[in-house]
Amino acid sequence: MSARLIALGIAFVALVSVPYWMPGDYYINVASQILFYAIFALGLNVLVGYAGLVSLGHAGLFGIAAYATAYMLQIGYGHSAAIVVALLVGIASMAVFAVLSLRSTGIGFIMITLALGEILWGLAYRWISLTGGDNGINVRLRPAPFGFSLTSPNTFYYTTLVIFLLSVAAMTVFVRSPFGASLMGTRDQPRRMNALGYHVWMIRFYACLVSGLLTAVSGILFVYYTQFISPQTLALTSSAEVLLMVISGGAGTLFGPMVGAALVVVVKTVVSGYIERWNFLLGAIFVAIVILMPEGLVPGSARLWRLAWRKMNASAKVPAPEGKP
Amino acid sequence: MSALTVTGLCKAFGGLRVTSNVDLNVEPGERRLIIGPNGAGKTTLFNLITGEISPDKGSIHLFGQDITKTPSRRRPHLGMARTYQIITLFARDTIIHNVSLALLGLSPARWNPLIDIKHQGHLIEHGRAALERVGLAHIAERPLAQTSYGERRRVEIAMALAQNPKLLLLDEPFAGLSIDERADVKQLLLAIPRDVTIVMIEHNMDVALEFAERITLLHFGEVILEGTRAEVVADPRTREVYLGH
Amino acid sequence: MNFWLVLTVNSVTFGGLLFLLSAGFSLIFGLMRIPNLTHGSLFMLGAYVGATFVVGLLGFQLNFWLAAILATLAVAAFGALAERLLLRRLPGDQLAQVLVTLGLSFMAADFCLLVWGGDPLNVATPAGLGGFVRVGPVAFPMYRLAIIVIATVVALGLWLLLDRTRLGAMIRAGVDDPDMARVVGIRVSQLFTIVFALGAGLAAFAGIIGGPILSVYPGLDQDMLPLALVVVILGGSGSLLGSFVGSIIIGFIYNFGQALLPELAYFVLFMPMLLVLLLRPQGLFGRHVP
Repeated sequence: MSARLIALGIAFVALVSVPYWMPGDYYINVASQILFYAIFALGLNVLVGYAGLVSLGHAGLFGIAAYATAYMLQIGYGHSAAIVVALLVGIASMAVFAVLSLRSTGIGFIMITLALGEILWGLAYRWISLTGGDNGINVRLRPAPFGFSLTSPNTFYYTTLVIFLLSVAAMTVFVRSPFGASLMGTRDQPRRMNALGYHVWMIRFYACLVSGLLTAVSGILFVYYTQFISPQTLALTSSAEVLLMVISGGAGTLFGPMVGAALVVVVKTVVSGYIERWNFLLGAIFVAIVILMPEGLVPGSARLWRLAWRKMNASAKVPAPEGKP
Repeated sequence: MSALTVTGLCKAFGGLRVTSNVDLNVEPGERRLIIGPNGAGKTTLFNLITGEISPDKGSIHLFGQDITKTPSRRRPHLGMARTYQIITLFARDTIIHNVSLALLGLSPARWNPLIDIKHQGHLIEHGRAALERVGLAHIAERPLAQTSYGERRRVEIAMALAQNPKLLLLDEPFAGLSIDERADVKQLLLAIPRDVTIVMIEHNMDVALEFAERITLLHFGEVILEGTRAEVVADPRTREVYLGH
Repeated sequence: MNFWLVLTVNSVTFGGLLFLLSAGFSLIFGLMRIPNLTHGSLFMLGAYVGATFVVGLLGFQLNFWLAAILATLAVAAFGALAERLLLRRLPGDQLAQVLVTLGLSFMAADFCLLVWGGDPLNVATPAGLGGFVRVGPVAFPMYRLAIIVIATVVALGLWLLLDRTRLGAMIRAGVDDPDMARVVGIRVSQLFTIVFALGAGLAAFAGIIGGPILSVYPGLDQDMLPLALVVVILGGSGSLLGSFVGSIIIGFIYNFGQALLPELAYFVLFMPMLLVLLLRPQGLFGRHVP
């Protein structure tokens, strides 16, 4: 157990000191991206990992929060108003998604969420009077809470880090709570849960709202980071990418989505500098993980590590000499 | 007031009538056995009573209360518990966690997203007590995946009893058990106090008959016969239903 | 008046193309119970490969129809390979199979970018069909009418396959009840490979046939996949008639929607799909619920 705490401690120190050891602004920005995409992945993981419901429409919810922020700023509101409205719009949209998609589970749920995501994408793309269509909406300024400007990569990184750590803490509490246990119960045996007195639909609905909140938060961070939002962010490929993050890292674990987010972001930003066809790489990694290590990289590596450890210990044991006490 | 009264219950799937005008009246504290050949509609009857499927016609009363329209998730809160033919427990979790889920099902705490489930002392206490009743407290921390079929059946019964039911529905509790395991479960069931009414579906006659006070014989979804154990065993219609002559 | 007539013919043409695209998707969904998220990529692959054959490969320029057939066979082979090597390793795990098709679509899209670059490819209308057919005051492009004919012929061919051949009977049995089919001795896993290859081939064929109208460009897969999805959800998985009727309906909704309600075009397109999923999940003629 203490080995785990030490590892966590090291990770925490590393995260907090990023601006000091990262070689340049570009990499600090990559770190920021990893963090808010990790929040997005944590949000999707609530459904995919803990509720057992795979959504292929989450980019729509991510995007609608981003668009709400950008639009509010565009028509003249301040940052606080924009953020509040974006959070409300994000959660309300998730509620609508939930009411429509929770009529189904499994493949049906995937298809309804896919359709809903496509509808939001289509509206972003075609409702030009509202969204500017393909031209998107620009966000001129990042907020300056309490006078701290978030324009520099460092300050933006630290703000994102704080929100990330809060999200992780919230998720940790959530997973260990009775509601978390109820949710995971509905994932594993929905019929039994119903027979034990649980309201399976309502549990899933609340889980969707939690997922929606995290998704909206990450969408807002995203739009302040890129200072731009366009329909591409809501496309099916974007929903597929965040799903990739969750599944490659390990659905239903706390660290899996974070590792998955880091993997995808690093491939998209850093690796893409060296390998032009990084989408192919991403797809190949995904297929490999689904077939060879379906539980994801985090649980999978832990399992391999334990196997290796056991093998090492087994071969190190010296057989007892016969007959001697 | 009877514990369970079913009146004129009917259910059809397409053209197939699986439950035809079933009347059932179980007194508080009674031990009722429901028998019948395969396909007689016994499990369907249970599913109707628990509310997992809704009847086309008829009514169900639990201790005087009309629960025909009550959603199935509410019925455990009214004192109804049930076990299944095929054991579907939470294989990823420990035995004690399985029982905790049963305990939480009736508690408002199940909606709480803030407290730590492992720090709920009274939950753990009650869970251990429930496991004591079925003789599994010594392996409470064992993952369910590492238990035997007989042990899982006992976990399931522990979960049902943990909810302090007034009516316990057991669907073939002895199915798939070895002789020793059957003896264990039998002892367990015999030890259940009379403030719990028990209705059991069972094929395994030697164990079940010992347990039953009154028996209801079902065939093609209809009640063919009902009476005391002696009456039903002696009745020629019982032989006819099972052996065809 | 002309406007509506042209829009109508375009709708039927597009419907024909959609049928070629979605018939395969419907069979795969009906038999294997998975929405094949690689389907758009297979359409695009067929278009690219076919276009390459038409434009000229190693100095050989192929007849359009020959190129179409070759492209169809090539992509069908690819589909068979993908099913045998990847999907078959996940028997019964539909969710995992859907994820694999998703990953494959990423790989296929980037592969096309690698080989053919980012510029759109124009595919010339095949010889003899470049002209117009006059009906009264209106002139219809001959190729568009040709597509309608081709789609109808393929539809008939598929119907004959499913209704009159032993293979078709096995496929229908597998769609209705795969477990029962296995019990009766049908090699369902072999059927999976055949149907997946058939679906891939049909999608590829649709891609190259549609080339002269839609041209071939990166992102074509993302444009076509949702349409296949909508058609099959509306028409019902595993039903040829459903694909046919669904394609025509969506062809009309798509074209009329773009023309009359451009801002809500996609909304209008996906609403029927959503409504069907919510109210009648098996679709108009479907065999089972997704």
